[in-house]
Amino acid sequence: MQARPNTSGADTAFHATLVLAGLGVVTVLAGVAWELLSLSGEALSKGGIGFITGMTWDPVAEEFGALPALYGTLVTSALALLIAVPLGIGSAVFMSEIASSRVATVVGVLVDLLAAIPSVIYGLWGLFVLAPLLREHVQPGVQKLFGELPLFAGPPLGVGYGTAGLLLAIMVIPVITAVSREVLRAVPDTQREAAYALGATPFEVIRGTVFPYARSGLVGAVVLGLGRALGETMAVTMVIGNRYDISASLFAPGYTLAAVIANEFTEAFSPHYLSALAGLGVVLLGTTLILNAAARLLVRGVRHGGAG
Amino acid sequence: MNPMPMPTETRRIATGAAGRDVALVAPRPHLGMPFQRDEDSPTAPDKEPRGIKMVIDSLTAGYGSHAVLRNVSLPVIERTVTAVIGPSGCGKSTLVRCLNRMHEIIPNACVSGRVLLDGRDIYGGHLDPIELRRRVGMVFQKPNPFPTMTVRDNVLAGWRLTGTRPPNADGVVEDALRRAALWDEVKDRLKAPGASLSGGQAQRLCIARALAVRPDVLLMDEPCSALDPIATARIEELIHELASSVTIVIVTHNMQQAARVSENTAFLYMGELIEFGATAGLFTRPSDPRTEDYITGRFG
Ligand SMILES: Nc1ncnc2c1ncn2[C@@H]1O[C@H](COP(=O)(O)OP(=O)(O)OP(=O)(O)O)[C@@H](O)[C@H]1O
Ligand SMILES: [Mg+2]
Repeated sequence: MQARPNTSGADTAFHATLVLAGLGVVTVLAGVAWELLSLSGEALSKGGIGFITGMTWDPVAEEFGALPALYGTLVTSALALLIAVPLGIGSAVFMSEIASSRVATVVGVLVDLLAAIPSVIYGLWGLFVLAPLLREHVQPGVQKLFGELPLFAGPPLGVGYGTAGLLLAIMVIPVITAVSREVLRAVPDTQREAAYALGATPFEVIRGTVFPYARSGLVGAVVLGLGRALGETMAVTMVIGNRYDISASLFAPGYTLAAVIANEFTEAFSPHYLSALAGLGVVLLGTTLILNAAARLLVRGVRHGGAG
Repeated sequence: MNPMPMPTETRRIATGAAGRDVALVAPRPHLGMPFQRDEDSPTAPDKEPRGIKMVIDSLTAGYGSHAVLRNVSLPVIERTVTAVIGPSGCGKSTLVRCLNRMHEIIPNACVSGRVLLDGRDIYGGHLDPIELRRRVGMVFQKPNPFPTMTVRDNVLAGWRLTGTRPPNADGVVEDALRRAALWDEVKDRLKAPGASLSGGQAQRLCIARALAVRPDVLLMDEPCSALDPIATARIEELIHELASSVTIVIVTHNMQQAARVSENTAFLYMGELIEFGATAGLFTRPSDPRTEDYITGRFG
């Protein structure tokens, strides 16, 4: 950003405002990271790598390991994306490519409404509707079909990784849908026409032209959804089961990083305990940043230098 | 000498110039680079008479309840260039988009009347739009290469989009790029993304892409409007060369261009075909005052 000659006073002020706004964002991010790091310094330095790989969370014995919560966060988010990406992008394609504009508007408004529902409402719905439904009808059925696969082992509790993942998926779908819809709408019609004029079918136009053109934006939509899934606290806390353990079964109760922090922050009785909770925050922040960067590298890799 | 049975109610359509008549067209005004005229050139006088490739018969088309084209009828002579001229908004794009059924992609678009390709109605149900568009290719006003595909894949897009590949892909690419006069400029960067070409190169890439699937007819909707005079001259030269093997319908705002490249010209005004005939005749002795007003620049 070089200051150009001949800029009027208004231009300079405008420029300065923008720079300040930009710096503000960076400062806030740096401040949060710094605060978290200094707060968690004690737990991180004492635990070392064991803080991440440790399996136990025992505030009384002051033994803190984040792995089960990290595992829960990753599993529930992955499950959520597995469900939400095809559905979210699918409904965005429906709205931008297939539906008439009136239908698309109605569906769009509904999706935006879904995105605006507070997560505690999702949590209540998950706890009182989704969990009993899964416990009484879905989980026994799945177990009957798939026998004792480790993925579906254990008593049907209704709460656990699977329920949390499903609920997260429902919460993430509107985010992915809304962003993908805008991304797909931004694909110029001239691109679609070029493909149609070559004799492509509507399906081939979407697969061969619209998706490649929108690729980086679609990855952005997924990353936003992932961010929401990783950080979602309230709803997950209500349906994850809150057991500090690692289990291969989707039906088993577990914990996530954000849920531990939310549940235990008010009762952290010692500075070391508090520091360990902040450490979980650092792990969560790190996970988010790493996955974000990975997604971006992925787009760049696929794009290999082309415009996108 | 008029090879086409004209519907009697069609107004004021001058007879189409076909076959030998074409030789009467006055020499084209020269551009920076002169055209090569060889013996195979479609304008060579001893060429066999050409048939009718397409017939547009009482075509009415529009958007929703708004009729943009009203009762347009004209023939398109095989392996010639037919120009469509007229003021902005008169329906030129709509007309050419009806010839490969691109018009119906737009929601609310409506069309009635007949368009014959080799004597059969493209709206008659025997030919699906997918197949039709492979036989009647299109080049758009704004160059629209696929930016994420390589130059090579852009040329092969007719296959790539359908998940197939032609038997001799390298040959197809080179041949199409040569016909589009782009080969020498891009032969060393076939792997570069389609977005990396200049506007004129991108437009020629789009022409190569359309030619690669070997269409019988090429529709060009103001293909030079985004280009500089040199790129325009190259594309006009190209159109001239292509006309020996492909039937071309070109929309243009540029009267000189229509005069330079086309054998026949159709003048559209407010959705109606005012005049159709040999380009030389239409420009020197227009039979309708509105045509005269338009070509002398009094409106439009
Ligand atoms: N998608 C559309 N929906 C509704 N009306 C349209 C649409 N496209 C074009 N029209 C209308 O149809 C008429 C003819 O449009 P068309 O694009 O065929 O004109 P044109 O002769 O190609 O003009 P130009 O020389 O400016 O390209 C115009 O009045 C235009 O407003
Ligand atoms: Mg137009």
